[in-house]
Amino acid sequence: MSERLSPEVVAHVAQLARLRLTDDELALFTGQLAAVLDHAADVEALELDDVPPTAHPLSIVNVLRADEPQPCLDRDEVLAMAPAAEDGRFQVPRIMSEDS
Amino acid sequence: MTGTALELAASIREGRATARQVLEEHLALIATRDGELHAFNEVMAETARAAADRVDAAVGQGQDPGPLAGVPVALKDNLCTRGVPTTCSSKILAGWRPPYDATVVTRLAAAGALVVGKTNLDEFAMGSSTENSAFGPTRNPHDPSRVPGGSSGGSAAAVAAGFAPLALGSDTGGSIRQPAALCGVVGVKPTYGAVSRYGLIAFASSLDQIGPIATSVDDAALLLEVIGGHDPLDSTSLDQPPPDLRTQLDRGVVGLKVGLVTELTGEGIAPDVAERTRQAAAALEAAGATVREVSVPSVTYGLSAYYLIAPAEASSNLARYDGVRYGLRAPGAEDITEMYGATRAAGFGPEVKRRIMLGTYALSAGYYDAYYGKAQKVRTLIVRDFAAAYDQVDVLLSPTAPTVAFELGAKTADPMSMYMNDVCTIPSNLAGHPAISVPFGTGSGGLPVGVQIMAPALAEATMFRAAAVVEAAARDLAPAVEVA
Repeated sequence: MSERLSPEVVAHVAQLARLRLTDDELALFTGQLAAVLDHAADVEALELDDVPPTAHPLSIVNVLRADEPQPCLDRDEVLAMAPAAEDGRFQVPRIMSEDS
Repeated sequence: MTGTALELAASIREGRATARQVLEEHLALIATRDGELHAFNEVMAETARAAADRVDAAVGQGQDPGPLAGVPVALKDNLCTRGVPTTCSSKILAGWRPPYDATVVTRLAAAGALVVGKTNLDEFAMGSSTENSAFGPTRNPHDPSRVPGGSSGGSAAAVAAGFAPLALGSDTGGSIRQPAALCGVVGVKPTYGAVSRYGLIAFASSLDQIGPIATSVDDAALLLEVIGGHDPLDSTSLDQPPPDLRTQLDRGVVGLKVGLVTELTGEGIAPDVAERTRQAAAALEAAGATVREVSVPSVTYGLSAYYLIAPAEASSNLARYDGVRYGLRAPGAEDITEMYGATRAAGFGPEVKRRIMLGTYALSAGYYDAYYGKAQKVRTLIVRDFAAAYDQVDVLLSPTAPTVAFELGAKTADPMSMYMNDVCTIPSNLAGHPAISVPFGTGSGGLPVGVQIMAPALAEATMFRAAAVVEAAARDLAPAVEVA
């Protein structure tokens, strides 16, 4: 198995991804992600310094429409699907603690 | 009555059958057999009946109800339907009703089609067997102990079982073509940008494309003509009119140059599938095409590149499921960070978590250049190698999937073995090219085999012509596979 991936690194990645993992998931994913990265070693080993990256199959950039008002989604219909809403806005739990 | 979409639409438009009658027969078949197969997450019987009655009223008044008049269509459950649950087969979206329709849904309605339901998929289209659905797996109509493939397994199974003659799927690394192959139906991934993605819930935005699943090449072409063409609501939509495919479909392949892809016909491909692929090449040759082996060397790196690029894009796209604007929110969190972590832990299944983790890792500081950056460069190599191949030939031929349908549970414990299913289909997504899977006889266990025809960007008409020849040869090859 790959040595590049420790449980500590996986736990850090889970934190970045805002995923709360159980200890069992952490152990499982550490092994499985290492297996995928081991397979990707073929790509990692390629010498590609002179090759430009391709991020997208199309070369189009900055597609803009005319700056004119258009119909948009109905606010009440959108908010009706939110887990919590109040006064025409999404409602969320506290985002700052009192001492921050 | 049942039949192809073209037959049904003709009967309904000419008054030989009513849309309502056709619909009721399909709904009855769904009621009889979908308990076993689980192709659908939701059957939309009442809205479909209302649409059928509108089609019949239009026919009665001498109006043209459209090219898909009264034809039942199944929609993969990652396509937004206004007011109708759209789940991506994920607990995190259970109960969500979109406030808008996907462009393909609007175009289907304008063409007179009847949406009969939303089909099961691997959660967020991540998988190759439809076993990653939060609502349980779909089963293969040819053998219910086997998977239908994935991620559009519900759509492919629905068409194979006769629940609807047409379905839409989405294809990020093979998710239309591989289940079409395993279920013995036709599946098409169009050129990137040829079909609007507006209202397709994103998995990997630079790879995702909506496409048809059908029982015939002609039906698939008709459906692509209906859903294709420019849409201002999708900024990656190509500025092209809807494709003209059916007028050229019977022109044959005399003089067409076909390349059998060396790297996708040898190691890793089961002998029965490899043999059918060689027979398909021979059939094209017998019909007047010239066939030669062509090497596309970098496709051997496609799988590795894809499983870095797709998860990277997914980790970004799926950041939106945070319990704020729609879907699930885990209760009782003290602050928003805790709410995010708990909601995503409760709402996502194992494969989605795995890919979010992989993608986040591939994009994170210190690893970006080694993984995501490298994978993007491999993508360039694949684009270049395809360009070189298409200097020599018009279309490329390969198997669609390495094996026939496998047993449920056979590959769930080892993600890497599941990922191998996509080895032949991934390169077209990385390049943005079109590809079609056509049923071509049966393999081991009497199960369907599909062969894949790939073409350069926007060369769908040529690709469909070759597909029609392969389809005709398959009819002579063996009797139609009987659905159990």
